[in-house]
Amino acid sequence: MKGMKKVFALVLVAIFAVGMLAACGKKEEPAPAGSGSSAAPAASTMKVGLICLHDENSTYDLNFINGFTEACEAEGVEYLIRTNIGETQDCYDTAVDLADKGCTLICADSFGHEDYMIQAAKEFPNVQFCHATGTKAHTENLPNYANAFASIYEGRFLAGVAAGMKLNEMIAAGKITADQAKMGYVGAFTYAEVISGYTSFYLGAKSVCPTVTMDVTFTGSWYDPAAEQEGAENLIKRGCALISQHADSLGAPTACENAGVPNVSYNGSTQAAGPNTFIVSSRINWAPYYKYAIQCVKAGKPVDKDWTGTLETDSVQLTEVNEAVAAEGTAAAIEEVKAKLASGELKVFDTAAFTKDGAPVTSYKADVDSDPAYEPDTEVIIDGAFAESKFRSAPYFDIQIDGITLLDTAF
Amino acid sequence: MNNSLSKVPLFHITRRKELPWYRAWLIRVIAVIMGLILCGIITMFLVKINPLDVYKTMLSGAFGTSRRIWVTAQNMAILLGISLALAPAFKMRFWNLGGDGQTLMGVLGATTPMILLGGKVPNIILILIMLVCAVVAGAIWALIPAAFKARWNTNETLFTLMMNYVAIQLVSFFVVVWENPKGASKIGIINQDTMAGWLPQIGNNQYLLNILIVLVLTVAIYIYMRYTKHGYEISVVGESEPTARYVGIKVKRVILRTMLLSGAICGLVGFLLVSGTSHTMTTTIVNGRGFTGVMVAWLAKFNPIFMILTSLLLVFLSRGASEISTIYGLNDSFGSILAGILLFFIIGCEFFLNYQIALKKTRKEVKIDA
Repeated sequence: MKGMKKVFALVLVAIFAVGMLAACGKKEEPAPAGSGSSAAPAASTMKVGLICLHDENSTYDLNFINGFTEACEAEGVEYLIRTNIGETQDCYDTAVDLADKGCTLICADSFGHEDYMIQAAKEFPNVQFCHATGTKAHTENLPNYANAFASIYEGRFLAGVAAGMKLNEMIAAGKITADQAKMGYVGAFTYAEVISGYTSFYLGAKSVCPTVTMDVTFTGSWYDPAAEQEGAENLIKRGCALISQHADSLGAPTACENAGVPNVSYNGSTQAAGPNTFIVSSRINWAPYYKYAIQCVKAGKPVDKDWTGTLETDSVQLTEVNEAVAAEGTAAAIEEVKAKLASGELKVFDTAAFTKDGAPVTSYKADVDSDPAYEPDTEVIIDGAFAESKFRSAPYFDIQIDGITLLDTAF
Repeated sequence: MNNSLSKVPLFHITRRKELPWYRAWLIRVIAVIMGLILCGIITMFLVKINPLDVYKTMLSGAFGTSRRIWVTAQNMAILLGISLALAPAFKMRFWNLGGDGQTLMGVLGATTPMILLGGKVPNIILILIMLVCAVVAGAIWALIPAAFKARWNTNETLFTLMMNYVAIQLVSFFVVVWENPKGASKIGIINQDTMAGWLPQIGNNQYLLNILIVLVLTVAIYIYMRYTKHGYEISVVGESEPTARYVGIKVKRVILRTMLLSGAICGLVGFLLVSGTSHTMTTTIVNGRGFTGVMVAWLAKFNPIFMILTSLLLVFLSRGASEISTIYGLNDSFGSILAGILLFFIIGCEFFLNYQIALKKTRKEVKIDA
């Protein structure tokens, strides 16, 4: 019985403590409760939601979160962000839950979320669903489901120009010969988005350094710091004089900094990881798209099924050039080429600029409408250039052009 | 020990006799309250949010709308299913850490006919084929380490753990084989238009069938462990192998049989994940629940009925954590910290259920039980 009393005393103390805490807590109530409810419900109480595969620790998701919050704050709407949502039924559950909570615009950031977003879109016809990087909006034909991407190949091309100028500088300084002007590229998968990315980067470099060649390796993951670093190290060992990557970690920039090899980055500046090797980086800015989508929903207008951001919409951005590493005049050259791309005078995938098996490509059918057999369905060579992101926003350029060697294609 | 006469230790730890149920539960309730208090202090200190609001948010995240209750119940069903699979093995003291891999093999087993035969055979037959393939695949994945254990006495902890990684690699290989579009390394929803191989819906609730199946399974495992000869053999082997051998139990056979069952149930859960829930295959679809299931089973002392409660607790904590991160704009990890603290207290209190601490002055009263 003595033990019982002690226990009761403990319980009393515990209850007392809880009461105290509750009292303390009460005083703090006026404090703002965080991002979700901080937006002022002044003119509009519109609510929007974003579904992310990972959280802000992944540079890919961070890029989306930043663009999304920037757009929401500019448009004065309330927002909810759901992080760490897998590419499974979780995505559907989360999307419909956001719809239950009153969101009228729901966005998702990862490619594998697409089918679940479509499933949710069918269930909530009055809610707009926007999926970045997806490929199915133009074939599903739902009035409330849209895809978006950006002409990041133009950004890659500009970054490639910076890379080519650096190679020219190295050739002029006698560090390498013109024949040794080989670049390395760490990719994730042999997916059209990646192929389009490294090809445009290569063509950008080739436009200023005609003898350039490139080796490409794949890691089989969008985010794998160890594999990306190892891939970059292997490329450097194979004699690559400059490295770029399409992967989300600091693996490749770190390998470059360790070996003193110049690096052209992606998804934002990696100058902190490579102060002596970082040249420039391209990235997609998602804020313009989200602003556009919010404005559409506010006005009760449908969102464009396949929205492609460009240099003009400020969706494709380049970071500041790191003058300490870049060749002289890089920033000016980028501006010049940028103006030509914007005016249409220069096309990234001009068929005169590349060959396949030694011959120019005059006709090519791409797999624009996704199907399990990967059947090519659409003629994409128009007016002497590969019309990237014209028939859908997500890239579909997947030609293996001359000058680029794929070291492995397991993924 | 020599100086025990001159220096009396501050306290002694002694084993308790069985506690009456109400005292055991009182200790548990105190542990939860203390855990909540510590969580509250940490919440106020680190993020300056009223802890009561945080708890309210967690509750709303798990049970706030009828849809959320269904999703919570569905997640619970999957976690409980895997835990049910692990319980017999653990009760037998066979440390099956391969729940993830066995479930993943079930996923692969169910996905293969779903893709290859979808639309080619009647739906009910397709579902049956998927079920059989999933169960067999899960069972084989568990049987391999069990056979090595029975034959060569290999370490099952490492073996089952390693088998997880083999399963992940196999699945990622087949994801590339069936990827759509090319190079994307994802399969997407399988048979989204025809719904071939999808478990039927009961009424308009998508998850009810999954939940009912796991409920039946729970009762079945309860009866199996408690009232059958097999169940008895499992607990004897778990208590002491020499005893089991002495009374004529064929230990090797029990190990093989129990792991076969364990893997088969994991395979069944894999089937539910593919056919009843996600309708796709990814390497992360099991999401570590083969390990969380170990905790569910241990916390409930392998009693399937209590496992309903412990799986609810763990699912509640994770769904609550996710809601906190959304509402307060915090990282998911903050919710995980709170969940970790609560679990620490809940698991830690088991110590006080089994042992008592006697302070110095009451030393004389301490009697050491044999």
